[in-house]
Amino acid sequence: MDDIIGRIHSTESFGAVDGPGVRFVVFLQGCPLRCLYCHNPDTWLSSDGREISSIELVEQIAQYKSFIGKGGVTLSGGEPLFQPDFCKAIIDGCKELGFHTAIDTSGAIPISRSKSAIDAADMLLLDIKDIDPDDCEALTGMTNENCLKTLQYCEMTQKPVWLRHVLLPEYTLNESKLNRLGEYLSHFSCVKKVELLPYHTMGLSKWDALGLTSKLKGKEPPTEKDVLWAKSILEKYNLKL
Amino acid sequence: MNFINGEWNEKINVRDFIVKNYTPYEGDESFLSAPSEKTKALWEKVLGFMEKERKAGGVLDIDEKTISSITSHKAGYIDKELEGIVGLQTDSPLKRAIMPFGGIRMVHTSLEAYGKELPEDINNIFKYRKTHNDGVFDVYTDAMKKARHSSIITGLPDAYGRGRIIGDYRRVALYGVDKLIEFKIQAKKSRDDEPMYGDTVRDLEEIAEQIKALKELKAMAAEYGFDISKPAQSTKEAFQWLYFGYLAAVKEQNGAAMSLGRVSTFLDIYAEQDLKNGVFSEEEIQEITDHFIMKLRMIRFLRTPQYDELFSGDPTWVTEAIGGMCDDGRTMVTKMSYRFLHTLRNLGTAPEPNLTVLWSVKLPENFKRYCAGISIDTSSVQYENDDIMRQKFGDDYGIACCVSAMRIGKQMQFFGARANLAKALLYAINNGKDEKTGEQIGPEVGKLSDGPLDFDELWGKFEIICEWLTKLYINTLNIIHFMHDKYCYERIQMALHDEEILRTSACGLAGLSVVADSLSAIKYAKVTPIRNENGLATDFKIEGEYPQFGNNDERADNMAKFVVESFMKRLARRRTYRNSIPSLSILTITSNVVYGKKTGSTPDGRKAGEAFAPGANPMHGRDHSGCVASMLSVSKIPYDSAEDGISYTFSIIPAALGKTESERIDNLVTLLDGYISETGHHINVNVMYRETLIDAMNHPEKYPQLTIRVSGYAVNFIKLTKEQQLDVINRTFHDKF
Repeated sequence: MDDIIGRIHSTESFGAVDGPGVRFVVFLQGCPLRCLYCHNPDTWLSSDGREISSIELVEQIAQYKSFIGKGGVTLSGGEPLFQPDFCKAIIDGCKELGFHTAIDTSGAIPISRSKSAIDAADMLLLDIKDIDPDDCEALTGMTNENCLKTLQYCEMTQKPVWLRHVLLPEYTLNESKLNRLGEYLSHFSCVKKVELLPYHTMGLSKWDALGLTSKLKGKEPPTEKDVLWAKSILEKYNLKL
Repeated sequence: MNFINGEWNEKINVRDFIVKNYTPYEGDESFLSAPSEKTKALWEKVLGFMEKERKAGGVLDIDEKTISSITSHKAGYIDKELEGIVGLQTDSPLKRAIMPFGGIRMVHTSLEAYGKELPEDINNIFKYRKTHNDGVFDVYTDAMKKARHSSIITGLPDAYGRGRIIGDYRRVALYGVDKLIEFKIQAKKSRDDEPMYGDTVRDLEEIAEQIKALKELKAMAAEYGFDISKPAQSTKEAFQWLYFGYLAAVKEQNGAAMSLGRVSTFLDIYAEQDLKNGVFSEEEIQEITDHFIMKLRMIRFLRTPQYDELFSGDPTWVTEAIGGMCDDGRTMVTKMSYRFLHTLRNLGTAPEPNLTVLWSVKLPENFKRYCAGISIDTSSVQYENDDIMRQKFGDDYGIACCVSAMRIGKQMQFFGARANLAKALLYAINNGKDEKTGEQIGPEVGKLSDGPLDFDELWGKFEIICEWLTKLYINTLNIIHFMHDKYCYERIQMALHDEEILRTSACGLAGLSVVADSLSAIKYAKVTPIRNENGLATDFKIEGEYPQFGNNDERADNMAKFVVESFMKRLARRRTYRNSIPSLSILTITSNVVYGKKTGSTPDGRKAGEAFAPGANPMHGRDHSGCVASMLSVSKIPYDSAEDGISYTFSIIPAALGKTESERIDNLVTLLDGYISETGHHINVNVMYRETLIDAMNHPEKYPQLTIRVSGYAVNFIKLTKEQQLDVINRTFHDKF
C-alpha cells in the first residue's frame, strides 16, 4: 500500500448519519466550492488542518474495528476528492482491513482526476447542490457539470450511490426544480437512496469564528412540513427516500 | 409451586434455585402488556403525591416524632383498594422518617432545614445513646479532620448511612422468614464451643441482632396482614415477600445507596409457573410488577442540604441488575427482564429504580434492540459489562449504587466516597500545602525547582503525596466502618447475607481526567506554575499543545491508566478494618461539581472552581474525535485496578444516532456491543430532546460527551468559544432535531 501524505480537518469516531451503519468519518481539508450554506467553512482552505500520512491514518482507523465492522469508513470534508491519491490510499488501506468504504463528495472534481479513488470505494454519497447549472454556480461557485458527470460515471460502473440534496428555502426548496431533480434521477439505477438534508444553522458559529459573513444569516431552515412536501415530490419518481 | 430441587433445599443457595428453575427468553417484546386500569388509577394518585411534594419544596412531610425502625410505624397505604403490593416506610406516602443512629446532629440539621424540631423525648435518648457520627468524630485525628475540611477526601459516610449493602431479599420469598431464622440460629449455635473473645463475640452479637431483625420483619408484615413465615406460593407473594425484605431495610437504614440486587430473573421463575398454570395472566403479572416498581419509586430519606449538594436529586440508587449471562452459557434474560424495563413505558420515565442492564455481546439480539429502544425513548437505563464482571463475580452479582459489583448475599462494601486526586497533584506542586487556604495539609515533599514543571520531579513528589493520602484515606475509612458496625449496624440487611462474607474497602477517586491531562501537558507541552506571594501555584502557563484524554491517543490514555494502577497498588498495601480488601472506583456522582469548586487551577488549563468531569469521563470539550474515541480512551482504564467500577456518561441527540428509529436502535446496539467488547465497564446513555437541551445549554458540564451531529457536519467544538458552543446547542433544538 502506498503511503501518501495529505491534510485533514478532523475525524469523527461515531458517524451514524454518514452512510450505512456506524462509520469512522475522516473530514479531509480543502474544497474548491464555496457553498452559501456550508456548515464546515473551516475545511475550505487547503493550507489549514493538519498533515497526516495515509498509513498512519489507517492505523488509527483500525483501532475502531469493534464499532465499524457493520458500518465502515466515510471520507468527507471539505471535498475529499480534492486529494484523490490520498483518498485512494486510505481506501485501499481500509479495504485491506475488511472495512466498507464510502466517499461523501460534491462531485465537483473532474472524473479524470477522481475516477481511481471512486473505483476503489464501495459507494458514493453524492451531493447534487442544484439541478440547474446557473443556480448551482450562484449557490456554490461552480456549475453542476462535473457532479452530473460523476453520477453518469457511477451509472456506467454501477457504483452504488446515495444521492444527497440540501433543501434551502428560496434556492432549492422549489417545486419545479424538485420535479426536475426527481425526473433526472429516475433514470439512474445506481441511485439506491435519496437523502434530503434540510438546511440548518449550526454551522453559522463557525462562520463567526472565521470572521466570515454568511449571506444566509437570518434565513430560517425548512419546516418539517416543507421537508415532507419535498419528499413527496421526489417519491413520485419511484425514488427511495 | 413445583420447582426443580437441588442444593437450595438443604441450605441457603438462591443461585442454585435460579439456575435450576429459570426460563431464558430470547423472543421480543410483543408479549408485554399495557398498564391495567388499577395501575393507571394508582399511579395517578402517586403522581399527585409527588406533585404535592414538589410544590412543598421537595419534602412532603416528615415524622420527626418516631425513630424509624422495622416496626416503628403503623401500616401505610396509598389506596388500599388499588394497591397490589403494599408497604410504606412510614404511615403515609412520601412521609420521611428520622434515622438518628447514623448521627443525631444530622437529624437536627435536616429538621431545621424544613422548619421542624426534634421532640424532647428523642433528644433525651441521644444524651445517653451514642451514634455512629459521635463515635467517628471521637476518634478522628486532627489530620483527618483537616483533610476533610480541605476536601482532599469528601463525601465520607461519617454522618449518614454508608449503604453499599444489598440484602438478598430473594431469600425472604424463597425460604420464608421462619427458615431464615432457623438457619441463623443454627449458625450461631455452631459456634457455641469457640473461645469467646474479640471478633467471635462481635460476630455472635451480630447474628443475634440479625435474628431479632428477622422476627421484626415478620411482625412488620403481620401489621400489613401478611404471614411471611413460609415461602411465597405465587408470583404476587414472591414480589410481596421480597418487597417486605427490602422495605424493612429502608426503614432501618438510610444508606446513600440502598440497592435492590438482581431480583428480576428470580421473580420470573414464579411468573412462568403461574402463567402456565393459569393462576395469573400476563396482564396481571405486569400489574404486579408495575405496582412493585411504583413502591420503589416512592422510597424517600431525610437528608441535610450539604448531602443534597453532593448527591443532588434525591437519589436512592435502588439498583436492579437485569439480564446478563449464566455461567453455563445460557442468557439470564427472561420475560421479567422485559417487564421491569417496560415499567418505564407503563409508568413513564424515572431515575429510580436504577435499572441496570448487564450487557454481554452474547445477549439475545431481540433484547439488545429492546434495550436500545428504551434508552432512546427514556434515557433511563445504564449498561455494565457482564463479560468482564462475570469473570470476577460469577453470575449472581448485583450492582451497589451505580457501578460497584458484588455477589449477592456473599459480599458487602465499606463505602469510601472518593479522594480528590487533582488536589493531590496540586499538593505535590505546592509542597503539601492546600492551594486555596495555604494550610499544610499534606506532608512537606519539598519545593519544586523553578521554571517549567519537570515530569519526573513532579511524579516523585506526587508518589509521596499519594502514599500519605492512601494511608490517611484507609485509616479514615477504618474508623468510619468500625463505628458504623458498632453504632448503626444493618441488622436486617445482614440477616439476608451469609455469615461469612467478603468485605471490600471501596475507595474512589475524582478528577482522573484532570490529572491525566495535567500530566500529559507537563510531559508533552511546557507548563509553568504562576505562584503568588506565598509561593502557592494559583495558575499555570501552558505553552504548546498536548494530547488530551478522550481522543484515543495512547500518550494521554496511558497517563490515566498509569495513575489508576499506581493509586490502586498503594491502596492494596494498606491495612484495613475487618480484613476488607481495598478496591477503587472512578465515580463521582454529582460531586464532580463540588470538588471542582474546592480545587484551584490545575496544570491542564482547567481554572479554579471549574467542575471536574464526572467519573472517568474526559474533561468537557476536550474530546474532538467523537464519542467512540472517548469510549476507547475510557475503556483502557484497567478494571483489574478499579473493581469498584468505572463510570462513563454519554449524551447524544436522536438525530446524531441515525435517521430513522430502526437505524437509531441498530446504531446504539452497535455502540454498546463495541464498547463492551473493548472492555468498557459502565455507560450511562442519555438521549436528549428539546427540554434536556435547554439544561445542556446552561450546564454543559452535566452532559459530557454531548454528541450533536448531522450528515457531513464536522463538529470541532473545542475550536469554538463557550458562547459559540452554547449557540450550536441552541440552534440544534431550534432546527427541530
